[in-house]
Amino acid sequence: MLMYYLGLARRSLRRSPVLTGLMVLAISLGIGASMTMITVLHVMTDDPLPGRSAQLYTPHLDPLPLDYKRHEGSPDPADDLTWPDAMALLKAHRAVRQAAMSGGSLLLRPARADLHPIYVSGRYATAEFFPMFGVPFERGGGWSAADDATGSPVLVLADALARKLFGTSDAVGQTVRLGEHDFRVIGVTADWAPKPLFYADQTGTQYSDADLFFLPLSVAMDQKFPVSGNQSAWGKGRSPSLTSANMSWLQFWAQLDTPAQVAAYRQYLVDYSAQQKALGRFQRPPRNAKLYGLMGWLAHENLVPGDVDLQLWLALGFLFVCMLNIVALLLAKFLRRGGEISVRRALGARRRDIFVQFGIESALIGVAGGVLGLGIAQLGLWSIRQRPDDYARLAQMDLSMLLGTVVLAVLASVLAGLLPAWRACRVQPALQLKGG
Amino acid sequence: MHLRHILRALGRHRIAVGLLVLEIAFSCAVVCNALFLIGTRLERMQRPTGVDEMHVVEVGVRSVTPGTPEATMAQTRTDLARLRALPGVSDAVVANPTLFGDSVSFSSVRLRDDAKAPSLPVAQYFGGAPLARTLGLKLASGRWFRPDEFVGYDALQNDTSAVPVIISRALARHLFPGQDAAGQTIYAFGTNRVVGVVDRLVQPMDYGAAGGYDYAMMFPVDLPYSRGTYLMRVDDPARRQAVIGQALQALKANGPLRLIAPRYATTLEAARAKYYRNDRAMAWLLVGVSLLLLLVTALGIVGLSSFWVGQRRRQIGIRRAIGASRADIRRYFQAENFLIATGGIALGMALAYGINLVLMRHYELGRLPGYYLPIGSVALWVLGQLAVLGPALRAAAVPPVVATRAA
Repeated sequence: MLMYYLGLARRSLRRSPVLTGLMVLAISLGIGASMTMITVLHVMTDDPLPGRSAQLYTPHLDPLPLDYKRHEGSPDPADDLTWPDAMALLKAHRAVRQAAMSGGSLLLRPARADLHPIYVSGRYATAEFFPMFGVPFERGGGWSAADDATGSPVLVLADALARKLFGTSDAVGQTVRLGEHDFRVIGVTADWAPKPLFYADQTGTQYSDADLFFLPLSVAMDQKFPVSGNQSAWGKGRSPSLTSANMSWLQFWAQLDTPAQVAAYRQYLVDYSAQQKALGRFQRPPRNAKLYGLMGWLAHENLVPGDVDLQLWLALGFLFVCMLNIVALLLAKFLRRGGEISVRRALGARRRDIFVQFGIESALIGVAGGVLGLGIAQLGLWSIRQRPDDYARLAQMDLSMLLGTVVLAVLASVLAGLLPAWRACRVQPALQLKGG
Repeated sequence: MHLRHILRALGRHRIAVGLLVLEIAFSCAVVCNALFLIGTRLERMQRPTGVDEMHVVEVGVRSVTPGTPEATMAQTRTDLARLRALPGVSDAVVANPTLFGDSVSFSSVRLRDDAKAPSLPVAQYFGGAPLARTLGLKLASGRWFRPDEFVGYDALQNDTSAVPVIISRALARHLFPGQDAAGQTIYAFGTNRVVGVVDRLVQPMDYGAAGGYDYAMMFPVDLPYSRGTYLMRVDDPARRQAVIGQALQALKANGPLRLIAPRYATTLEAARAKYYRNDRAMAWLLVGVSLLLLLVTALGIVGLSSFWVGQRRRQIGIRRAIGASRADIRRYFQAENFLIATGGIALGMALAYGINLVLMRHYELGRLPGYYLPIGSVALWVLGQLAVLGPALRAAAVPPVVATRAA
C-alpha cells in the first residue's frame, strides 16, 4: 500500500512541477535557516567535558560588603574567589579533587634562533587540575602537590606549542623560558581544549581560547606573573595586591562524585561563610554561598550572545512563514483534486486511506525539502565560519544534527499537510461526482 | 467595485484565505522589526567618537627585555622623536587604551572624598601632552593640560596624587548638570580637578551600561611605550599605510629587541571597521532574511492565486461571456489580493508591536518607531500586487468560450 501511495504522490507532484518546486524550495529555505542557527546554538551549549561534567562543581562565596553596589553590565565580583578564600578551600580539601586556577599571558623566548619571541596564554593552576579534568597526556604528566608547595618551576605544554618549539623531538625534560624564568617541561598534553573553556574567567573569549601552557599557581605568585581576566576589588585601598582579601580573581573547581558529597560540600561552604562572617570578614548571609554544577555554571554565565538567540528566533519565524505558505498551497492542491478523491472514495477507499495518501505526499515534499535544506544549512554554516565571531569556527554539523535536519523537514511538512489532508478526506464524494 | 462579491467569494475559501492573511501578517511583523533592528545597528555603527579617525594610525610595540623604568622612558622619548620626524606625521604620542582596542579600564568617580559616596565607573585614557592634538579632540570649555601637569605612571598610582582631569561633555552634564564642569573637582585617582571638558570622548569599547558609552575622562600621564600604544597623526589620509610601514622600520632600526609587527599596527579607520564587523554581519543577515521572507510570501501568493484562477476558469468565462472586460477580470483578482493584503497588514501591525515588546524585554531594544509601520504596509501591498499580476493577467486571458464547455 505504501508503495502505491508513494507512486500516487510522485505522479501528483510531477503533474505540477512548478508548484512542487515552490513548496520544496520554501521548506528547504526554512529548514536550512533554522538548522544553521540550531546547529550554532547546539555547539555553543554543548557539554565541554562529556562524561566528567556531572561530577564537576564550582563553589562561589559572597565576600562583598553589604553596601557594595553592582554596576549594570559589569561582571559580578562574587563570580570569582579571593586568594585567601581559594587557599582556604584548597587546604580544607573537602572534595574528592579540587584546584584553583587563573589565566595568564607570558612572553616566551624560544631557544631556537629562528623563532621570534611570542606572547602565549595559558593557565596557572594547582596540581589536581589535571586528574580532576581528565587532561590526557601525550608525554609525561602533571605536577604534584609537593611541587605546588615548594614552587617548583615545572611546566606542562599543550601539544601545539610543544610541536612549535621542539618539532618532533621529545619536549619533556627541555627548558622553556617564560617571562624571566626558566621552566622544566614535565608533560605535554594530547589535543585537549574544552569548548567553551568553562574553567576560564568569563570575560575572555571562551569559544576560541585554548591554554598553551600550564604552570603551578604558586610559581606564578612568586614570580608576580601577570594575571589575565577580571580583577574586581571592593572597599578601601586603590591597588590591592593579588593576595588581598578584597579582590576576587581566581577560579575554583571541585570534583564531587556522589549526591551526598555534593550536599556535604554545599554545607561546608555555608559553614565556611558563617565562620568568616563571625570573624567579621564576610557581611552577607552565609546562605549566599553557592555550588554550581558545570552545566549549571555555563547556564548561569549565559555565554550565548543575544545576537545568536535573535538569529535563531528569526530563523524559526522564517520557517513558520514557510510552513504557512505550504499549508495554503497544499490545501489548494488537495482540494482541487476533489474529483479524484471522490472517485477513490466511491471505489471503496476509506477517509483514513485518503488522509494517509495525502500525508505521504506531504512527507515526500518534506524529504526533498530536507535534502535541499541540508545543503542550504551547510552553506549557512560555511558563511558563519567566515564570520569573525568567537564561536565561528565551531559551526559544524555532527551526525545528530544531520539527521535532525531531515527529521525536522519531514515533521514540518507532515505538520503542514495535516490540515489540507484532513480537509481533503472530508470531501463529500456524492457532491463532487455529480458536479464532475 | 463589487467588494461584497469578492468578500463572499473569499468566504468560500476561509481556510486558504486565513492562511494567506496570517502569512502576510507574520511577514509584515517580522520585516518591520527586522528593518528596525537594521536601523539600530546602522545607528550604532555610525556613532561618532569625537576623534578625527581618518588621520590617526596606531603602532603597538611590546617590550621583550626588561629594562629599568628610566631606560624604557628614555627609549620612548627617542622613539617619539623619530616618529614625529617621519614625513607626513604631525604628532605622535603614547596612549592607553586605544580606541576600538580590546581593553578598557575604569575608575570609580565620586563627587565627595568618601568611599561610601555614590560612584560611577568611568572609562579612562592616559596619554602624553600631544594626545588631544593627535586625536583631534575639540575643547568645549576650560583648557588643555599644561606641560607641567604631566606625571609619570607610577606617580598616578600614588594615593595622594592630585592630577588634573579632562572629561567628556556627556560626563560633565551627568556629574554637574546645569553648571560648568571646568573648575570642579572629582575623586578618581586621589583628588582630580576638572580643568577642561571635551566635546566628545567615548569608551574605547562598549562596556557596562549602554547609556555610559560617551562617559570618558583623560589624565595627563607620560607613559612608557611598554604601557601603551604609539599614536600618530597623519596629515594626508592617503599616506597612512606608508606611514605605518615607515614607523615599523624606524622602530625596528632603533632600540633593543622588541615585538614590532604589522599586525600590531593599524589605521583607526580599519580598527573601527573591525570593531563593528559583527554589527555589519548582523545587519546583512537581517536584510537577507527579510528579502527571503518577502520572496516566500510572494511565492505563496503566486501559487494560491494561480490555483484560484485555475479553479474559477469556468466562472471567469461566464463573466466574460455576459459582458465583463479583460480589465474587469484583472481588477477583480487585484482587488481580491488587495483585500487579503490589507487584512494581513492590519493583523501584522498588531503582531509587529507584540514582537517588539518581546524584543524590548529581552534585548535592550527601544520601542518600534511608528514610521516603520507605513513602510512595512506599503512594502507588502506592493509585493502582493506584483505577485498577483501574473495570475490576474492569466485570468484575464481566459476566453469567454470556456463558459460553454463543461468544466
